[in-house]
Amino acid sequence: MAQVSMTVNGRPVTGEVEGRTLLVDFLRGPLRLTGTHVGCDTSQCGACVVHVDGKAVKACTMFAFEAEGAQVKTIEGMAKPDGSLGVIQQAFQDHHGLQCGFCTPGMVMSAAALLAGNPKPTEAEVRAYLEGNICRCTGYHNIVKAVLAASGQELPAVAAE
Amino acid sequence: MYAFDIARPATIGEAVTALGHDGAQALGGGQTLIPSLKQRLASPEVLVSLTGIAEMQGVCMSDAGELCIGGATPHAVVAAEAAARYPALAYLAGHIGDPAVRNRGTIGGSLANNDPAACWPAGALASGATIITNTRRIAADDYFQGMFATALEEGEIITEVRFPVPETAAYMKFLQPASRFALTAVFVARFASGVRVAVTGASENGVFRWTDAEEALSADFSARAVEGLTVDPEGMIGDLHGTPAYRAHLVKVMTKRAVAAA
Repeated sequence: MAQVSMTVNGRPVTGEVEGRTLLVDFLRGPLRLTGTHVGCDTSQCGACVVHVDGKAVKACTMFAFEAEGAQVKTIEGMAKPDGSLGVIQQAFQDHHGLQCGFCTPGMVMSAAALLAGNPKPTEAEVRAYLEGNICRCTGYHNIVKAVLAASGQELPAVAAE
Repeated sequence: MYAFDIARPATIGEAVTALGHDGAQALGGGQTLIPSLKQRLASPEVLVSLTGIAEMQGVCMSDAGELCIGGATPHAVVAAEAAARYPALAYLAGHIGDPAVRNRGTIGGSLANNDPAACWPAGALASGATIITNTRRIAADDYFQGMFATALEEGEIITEVRFPVPETAAYMKFLQPASRFALTAVFVARFASGVRVAVTGASENGVFRWTDAEEALSADFSARAVEGLTVDPEGMIGDLHGTPAYRAHLVKVMTKRAVAAA
């Protein structure tokens, strides 16, 4: 066991982990931050996407010890300070960007990473950036619509219907 | 996965020492190794993480005009920082996996693994890159030695990769959409001294140079020039995604597209 320290959603945390403890298991287990989901556990589905030092990463494909000293942000850190939904979360609700909701934490975190680097993406850029986030319910149209809406852009006709 | 000890060296020297232990294995960005550990395809006793080594990070230009990429540099950083200096290589880096994978996966990890369908081996071989390790410099032509096989010795670390920058180049990847690796992909690089064509995702021996196309394109750099050439399906990968004949066909198609785009 080794001690690991990082900042998660602005809060300094310290815990004991094994070398093989995945970041997602550290978040969901000791820290009880179960908003980050484990879908495939094979690096493909993106349900576990969190931000490490501002970069979107798959928390099932990174060890907790690799996040030593890092700033980690999870879906729990996306709400506004008063606890209401953040802009991207609200857009997902407004545009029905989810059905079962399992992929949504990863979708929102990937969308946030996209918009941080590209505040006004095109529809094609949104779709390309979400390549590593798999949704088995929606067919993606409403997810793309929600991300475009969260960026403050007019919704293109093709994505609006 | 099996339990293992970890080492987080801060320098190349510390990493070399840590890798000297029996059962030690280098960990780059882990985007291939961690899934392999989960599947118990690998069971190191000590995992030596290379991502904390500052001297193995970053992209710069050498005095000789080569693009130099630190071995532990993630694909996303290469995609952003090489865009102005070597656009085709930046394009390659920006089309590996997906954005989250590109934020972790590293050039050194990819080249050390030498997956037969990985993108970096094609970029390195077509560019005539030099793989620099903690002990020596290896020409790309000598480095790739078959599927998952390289010239690296036990415990040897890729600290940097140097890419001569061609006059024009392009990478064309026929995506295998489930794995996001190449079903077949071709990197074409045109230098004053001639054209180099590297193919990944096709051969059972991993990345290779298509020398017939190189000769034809060095004489006439146009998609037309490869029209009359054929690729032998013998030794090509056959799986549920494509037959050897299909991959042989793709080699030519993707070469023509790369030439047209270069």
